[in-house]
Amino acid sequence: MDSLFSLDILLPTLVGLPLIAAILTTLLKSPGLRASISIAMALIQLIIVATLLLWLSNSGTSLETQYQRYSLGGWGAPLGIDLAIDGFSALMLALTAALTLVLTVYSRYYFFEPHSRLDKTARFWPLWWLLIMGINALFLSGDIFNIYVTLEIIGLAAVSLVALDGSRAALTAALRYLLVGLLGSLCYLLAVALLYRAYGTLDLAQLSAIAEPTAITWAALALITTGLLLKTALVPLHFWLPLAHGSAPAPVSAILSALVVKTSFYLLARFWLDTLAPAATDYGLLMLGVLGAAAILWGSIQALRATRLKLMVAYSTVAQLGYLFLLFPLFSPDEDARGAGLSGPAVSAVGYFIVAHACAKAAMFLAAGNIMRTFGHDEIARLHGLAKYMPLSLFTFAIAGASLIGLPPSAGFLSKWLLLNVAIDTAQWWWAIIILMGGLMAAMYVFRVLNIAFISVDEKAQTEPKNLPTNKLPTIMSLCAFLLAMLTIVLGFNAELILDLVTIGDDV
Amino acid sequence: MTQESLYIIASIGLFGIGLYGVIVAPHILRKILAINIMSVGVFMLLVVSASNMNSTPDPVLHAMVLTGIVVAIAGTALALLLAVKIHTLSRDSDKDDH
Repeated sequence: MDSLFSLDILLPTLVGLPLIAAILTTLLKSPGLRASISIAMALIQLIIVATLLLWLSNSGTSLETQYQRYSLGGWGAPLGIDLAIDGFSALMLALTAALTLVLTVYSRYYFFEPHSRLDKTARFWPLWWLLIMGINALFLSGDIFNIYVTLEIIGLAAVSLVALDGSRAALTAALRYLLVGLLGSLCYLLAVALLYRAYGTLDLAQLSAIAEPTAITWAALALITTGLLLKTALVPLHFWLPLAHGSAPAPVSAILSALVVKTSFYLLARFWLDTLAPAATDYGLLMLGVLGAAAILWGSIQALRATRLKLMVAYSTVAQLGYLFLLFPLFSPDEDARGAGLSGPAVSAVGYFIVAHACAKAAMFLAAGNIMRTFGHDEIARLHGLAKYMPLSLFTFAIAGASLIGLPPSAGFLSKWLLLNVAIDTAQWWWAIIILMGGLMAAMYVFRVLNIAFISVDEKAQTEPKNLPTNKLPTIMSLCAFLLAMLTIVLGFNAELILDLVTIGDDV
Repeated sequence: MTQESLYIIASIGLFGIGLYGVIVAPHILRKILAINIMSVGVFMLLVVSASNMNSTPDPVLHAMVLTGIVVAIAGTALALLLAVKIHTLSRDSDKDDH
């Protein structure tokens, strides 16, 4: 049984399985069959990731290097392409697999329109699985050019999914998203060209061993940073995100906010703190932290001003992404400690934050999607009576909101607590003020929605008689959103599950 | 100035022209063209690097350029499709107005 559960099988399967799902869902004619296959595939993917985690945690203490590697086709680096996995990427893979399952089940009902002539599922499922494949492949890539290819797969699939709605607003948002994505990837590709010219290798681990603080490495790091900041939508390069995330179908918005923007953040962390760490200066790290702080404040202000619910949730993503960038100044004040891999208290805190935010934000987007489907609109000012008609969706929204604010016992609370601890431990208390202010502002925009939701319809009946829910919502859609929201609470009580995962592969 | 540095300056120049175009050009078609000019700049740098490193060209870089071209075609095709659809939609809504 050892051979079956080895890395040689598990790692390529994680890339191959979604690809097979994409091909099958393209070939199959029946919408029901496509959905069933997708759910089965999502389930298998989760089982594979669980096996992988078990395998990693069993062998975790005896690892010689932090990376576990697998060479595709038996061709090792530098000629071949290596798949690699460490604690941080294992965590991201687990998050991807879990969210994929819930969102796939949700999508099956979201796109199910038995009497519609236009079958959207025929276009949705292949793109969905290509996106998942791209995300899995990105987290497993041990090669900077391979990362470029996965970035493009993710970009093209995500843009097509945003455009799925077909409305003019969605198409415009998709086109802008595409141009930004291509621009970002080209900056990244130029950096790849520079690095290969300078070092003659594309392999992440080899690069990290030989990278030196030369002008060309700095130029490459600057280009990578510019390109990936565009894709992560960090303030001031966030301009494309709210529209794209706000106009996409609900499950697509959920995966874009929960995972896709974090793929580029993952790469930034990888390059700044691991692969190209010798070229990372204190000023550069501080600058990323300052931009993150600006994102927290600016995103929260915009979320407060948003008139549509989905737009508000999208701006909240802009704000929450800011927290992730506090990793860079908080990672390690000691320059020598950098470049030894992605681990340490700051990485654990941010890894946990990513999981907490992914669950909460996906839950929020699904709840917003349910509300939009039932009410036929998502204007915050007209959501009176929400508490009466959709108590479960509102409850979901409230729990997810509590996690975003950072109220105990949610996962959001713990992740912020961990971040605060790191900020105090590394004697950088000013970040703590930003973290607390972000929580306060999140409370303001979440309670603004709750406040309106509890105004009963009768009080407003004279002014807006048509403001009544019209469409029936499948119960399972509410349950999917609720499940994700509950996950933030469950993870709040079981934090060591996540924290242990990040430290897999650390020399004990 | 060697031939190689000439090519390198030209490729960085193309990248810069494209970048300027993407940011400044008002029309979407020009933006899409500018993106393509940027990618030509990157491909040129890759090809120059391939010829430079050994006496025989480096095939890894050639493979990268080929992959890059495929990606660029896919991206351009998607961008053009979206642009055409947006144009059609806005033309139809203009007709409805009159």
